[in-house]
Amino acid sequence: MDSNTNIKTTILSPRLRATGLMLPLLAFIAITFIAPLALMLVHSVYDPTVANALPETLNLLREWDGKSAPDEAVYAAAARELLNARQDRSLGRVATRVNRVHPGLRSVFTRSARGLQNVREGLYRDAMIGLNPAWGNVQTWYAIRSAGDRFTARHYLNALDLQPLPDGSIARQPPERRIYLSLLWRTFIVSLSITAICLLLGYPIAHLIAHSPPRIANLLLILVLVPFWTSLLVRTTSWIVLLQTQGVINDLLVTIGLIGDDDRLAMIYNMTGTVVAMTHVLLPFMILPLYSIMRAIPPTQMSAAASLGANSFQAFWRVYWPQTLPGVGAGSLLVFILAIGYYITPALVGGSTGQLISNMIAYHMQTSLNWSLAGALGGILLVCVIALYLLYDRIVGIDRMRLG
Amino acid sequence: MISTQRIGRGAYLASCTLIFAFLIAPILVIVPLSFNAEPYFTFTEGMLRLDAEAYSLRWYRQIIENELWTRGLVNSLIIGIASTALATALGTIAALGLSSPAMPGRRIAMALLISPMVTPVIISAAGMFFFYSALGLAQTHIGLILSHAALGTPFVVITVTATLSAFDTNLTRAAASLGASPFLTFRRVQLPIIAPGVISGALFAFATSFDEVVVVLFMGGIEQRTIPRQMWAGIREQISPTILAVATFLIAFAVLLLLTVEWLRRRAAAPQTD
Repeated sequence: MDSNTNIKTTILSPRLRATGLMLPLLAFIAITFIAPLALMLVHSVYDPTVANALPETLNLLREWDGKSAPDEAVYAAAARELLNARQDRSLGRVATRVNRVHPGLRSVFTRSARGLQNVREGLYRDAMIGLNPAWGNVQTWYAIRSAGDRFTARHYLNALDLQPLPDGSIARQPPERRIYLSLLWRTFIVSLSITAICLLLGYPIAHLIAHSPPRIANLLLILVLVPFWTSLLVRTTSWIVLLQTQGVINDLLVTIGLIGDDDRLAMIYNMTGTVVAMTHVLLPFMILPLYSIMRAIPPTQMSAAASLGANSFQAFWRVYWPQTLPGVGAGSLLVFILAIGYYITPALVGGSTGQLISNMIAYHMQTSLNWSLAGALGGILLVCVIALYLLYDRIVGIDRMRLG
Repeated sequence: MISTQRIGRGAYLASCTLIFAFLIAPILVIVPLSFNAEPYFTFTEGMLRLDAEAYSLRWYRQIIENELWTRGLVNSLIIGIASTALATALGTIAALGLSSPAMPGRRIAMALLISPMVTPVIISAAGMFFFYSALGLAQTHIGLILSHAALGTPFVVITVTATLSAFDTNLTRAAASLGASPFLTFRRVQLPIIAPGVISGALFAFATSFDEVVVVLFMGGIEQRTIPRQMWAGIREQISPTILAVATFLIAFAVLLLLTVEWLRRRAAAPQTD
């Protein structure tokens, strides 16, 4: 009996037991993390606000030929539903949604709904056009019909500087509204530059630590780990203190006479600030994987190469560098992944020119309250990060990720 | 030939020194400035002459007297400790499963469990804002604890699986053959050996929560203001040297955490001869 259960626990159950141990966390992550991400993606394609507020109007607009202003029935339905929306206080939200499709319509909606209260009966068409000539405009009705779609790819198109036209085709946004592609491109270029700078700065440091005697190596490693553990906000504050116009570095340069008091350098609240502070924050993520790879390379290899007649550059380039490529790949990918989603540092030291895509997501979340667009931009960023993450898994292996 | 090598070596060491300075100097510069007697962010002449009057503890006094900071500390500790406990318990148990060679779909499970660490925090925060608002948990401590726990679990999973990869599975088999239940085996055999990994993971998770600002920014209300949230407000609105005093305190805290984790790592790496 006893030996029986023992056999069961040792032979039959490992698979089940391993799964069972992992399930609680998997369920926890699914609920507290994956579900929120999914909800954000839902927000980026699904918005029933207008569809719920103007069902009858939208229904009638489906029959509309789209060539001239719709007929009286549509106006009557719209007038009734706008008044209802005003009563249950959803008018503002409806007006905002339509306004996103066709800028300028918000006030048309809110003012007309106020004016409609006094229209008792008769021809709503004339009454509404009388309240605001925009109601006689075909574009207004296109905008309502378009905003009435519960599911829409509009926000993704918008995030890529595109717009759907009434005839169903897709066109680029007018030049003054094209901002997101260049911002995505800027984020990509800045992240790439930061990755390159981190590699340039991190490689010699990792090399030095990896080939120092243990006692010194430990001490140097602490110097890398102190910034790694120090609060991000603290590090960002440090850079403000150092780089601002009345800051430590400018003061120093003025004191030693390198620059005049009137032409202090603008090193922060611009792209320079973002790049410098982000490089500082991300550098340890480059050094640590490089260090763990370099540590395994015996220094005797370099002496062997030298004794075979290689000069130090050849020995490095032909013998040492190729062996460090896994570390270069791991560090660079990690730094790049972290850089393209960075928010805090650019928000605090980037000023108006040093903002990245994450800052635009925050802007739409908190200021413009265009959550659908925030969701679409987030969705695009998420796809980029997932692709890089899978690449990282392919090249490095997620289970080989180490901390510190 | 030898002299060019010397020059090369000298240039290499000089550039390494500069890079180390780049890493450390920004953190060190904050510490003396936090004792500035004047409300400036730069060294006054008196400070450079090392005048005693140029230094003061006034900004430290302001932290203690300012209820926003003390309440922030309490909130940070409540959210940090609760989320760390949750993340550590769930993460350690999951790591035990993940380390078993019998685990099916190990790679994909690992990818999912680590994903909160690499997902841009702005995306996580936006999603969490939608999700916890819908549940009525926005602007509550519970919502923030759950969110921070999710962000902290990858660190626990990584450190504990790393320690477990060095674990000799014969030990659990021996314990089982001597009649110990799986739970007893875990508590008396496995846990003491992997404890350094578990504690390191917990410290990482706590540091993550203690430094997290974006989720708090999106989801927290006035009642949930944490230290980083308060610092964020201070940096954005009106930067006062009080921030430097808080920063100095956080640097000391980071060094303490770092030394603990390094000590644990060495303990775990040392051969277990006894």
